[in-house]
Amino acid sequence: MAILDKHKILETNATLLLIFSFLVVTIGGIVQIAPLFWLENTIEKVEGMRPYTPLEMAGREVYIREGCYVCHSQMIRPMRDEVERYGHYSLAAESMYDHPFQWGSKRTGPDLARVGGRYSDDWHVDHMRDPQSVVPESVMPKYGYLERTMIDGKYIGDLMAANAIVGVPYTDEMIEAAQADFAAQADPDSDYDGLLERYGDKVNVRNFDGQPGVSEADALIAYLQMLGTLVDFSTFTPDASR
Amino acid sequence: MSKKPVQKQEVETTGHSWDGIEEYNNPLPRWWLWTFYLCIIWGIGYTIAYPAWPMINSATAGVMGWSTRANVANDIAAVEEANAPINAKLESVELTAIASDADLNSYAVSAGSAVFKTWCAQCHGSGAAGAVGYPNLLDDDWLWGGSVEEIHETVTVGIRNTENDDARYSEMPAFGRDELLEAAEIDQVVNFVMSLSGEPQDASQVAAGAVVFEDNCSSCHAEDATGDRAQGAPNLADAIWLYGGDYAAIAESVNNARFGVMPPWDSRLTEAQIRAVSVYVHQLGGGE
Repeated sequence: MAILDKHKILETNATLLLIFSFLVVTIGGIVQIAPLFWLENTIEKVEGMRPYTPLEMAGREVYIREGCYVCHSQMIRPMRDEVERYGHYSLAAESMYDHPFQWGSKRTGPDLARVGGRYSDDWHVDHMRDPQSVVPESVMPKYGYLERTMIDGKYIGDLMAANAIVGVPYTDEMIEAAQADFAAQADPDSDYDGLLERYGDKVNVRNFDGQPGVSEADALIAYLQMLGTLVDFSTFTPDASR
Repeated sequence: MSKKPVQKQEVETTGHSWDGIEEYNNPLPRWWLWTFYLCIIWGIGYTIAYPAWPMINSATAGVMGWSTRANVANDIAAVEEANAPINAKLESVELTAIASDADLNSYAVSAGSAVFKTWCAQCHGSGAAGAVGYPNLLDDDWLWGGSVEEIHETVTVGIRNTENDDARYSEMPAFGRDELLEAAEIDQVVNFVMSLSGEPQDASQVAAGAVVFEDNCSSCHAEDATGDRAQGAPNLADAIWLYGGDYAAIAESVNNARFGVMPPWDSRLTEAQIRAVSVYVHQLGGGE
């Protein structure tokens, strides 16, 4: 193979070596980067997905701040044991508005991708306050201070605007009304018609922690209670070939 | 595996010389070179056989038709098929008849135990003994009834949830918060309720508390305070307490009312699973 014996030309000519090295790196780069431009086609179209409401978004920030993802994944893998324990396997579309996603690969605690509606709000409050009071064998730390830390959602609109820049379909109206929607979702006595109009009728409007005011626990429970509930699997069947 | 590199002077050097150090231009070992070529060939074959190359609309599917989604669907279908006859039987017979069919009962209890540990244990405890605010399922005290049919109904529709329109629902007034009773009256009625089950109480308040109870509580909790399962009103005359039987816990219930919530399971579990877990809970000890 005569051409393979010609490497001496490259090895003894610095400029040529540089050019060919660059070509090799370019090919490697294209192989890794180009598929990202077609990433959209790996996300199947599903019904029911919507961006997080301001309160849920705040809860997600608490989730990330407290490092919940260190022990809890949010990705049900397509395996029988997981599907039987947690529910339908996760779809890419279900985390398409997550920046960053919370898939994870380590489960000290259970997967939370479909925890929404699985427990009552009271259970979540009890469980945050003292996990061992409801699950004696749990090793989860206590998060009782969340229900004592009040938040006002002052900057939640900014966060939504930042998410809008990376492709989450928040409208200007949603961002403008962010703080009002934030407060309305945790207060069932408020006028929350605008919230439902913007985010859909299925949004949970409740006093999640059962105490006056909006606390971090309200936000976190609002977030947990909607996780995995948006896609209705009684009417949607994922494409089996994916 | 390979022969020692030939390092005699007849092997030519690369021609470079760095401070007098030269490099032999030995060929790559044959075994290494062929392993390398085989890896390339295997890699190409792999991307043909399995899903690999991203195209404009989707990735190549691979000639072997391999798919994790199809695999999990097949795994689940295989188990469902194996259990299909007994699940069909479980779904078709009367709930009360399951206990008398030894095979069916044994299947329902084992399957129900698995369902319970996956979906119910987080609130009711892995041994079903409950916790403060989450009913104990081992004892004879039932809020909504302890027959296998009533347990089945409770599991199916849940309690005070917003997802199922038929959810069991009861709503005790918040006598203190909504100012339906004076603080003194609440003190009296709490002492009265505590006297029913022999909790230590202020005996001087009991007689007045009985009147308050008669006027405000007996329509749901019954005149003898044994409760009414049709309304989910707890029995207050026994010493079994959902939220605790001390003064503070009972006063809190009277002042602010408490509403436990249970999700409906008909949207998450199959009818066979719901029946299995109902039979499992029924045979734990408190079933009626």
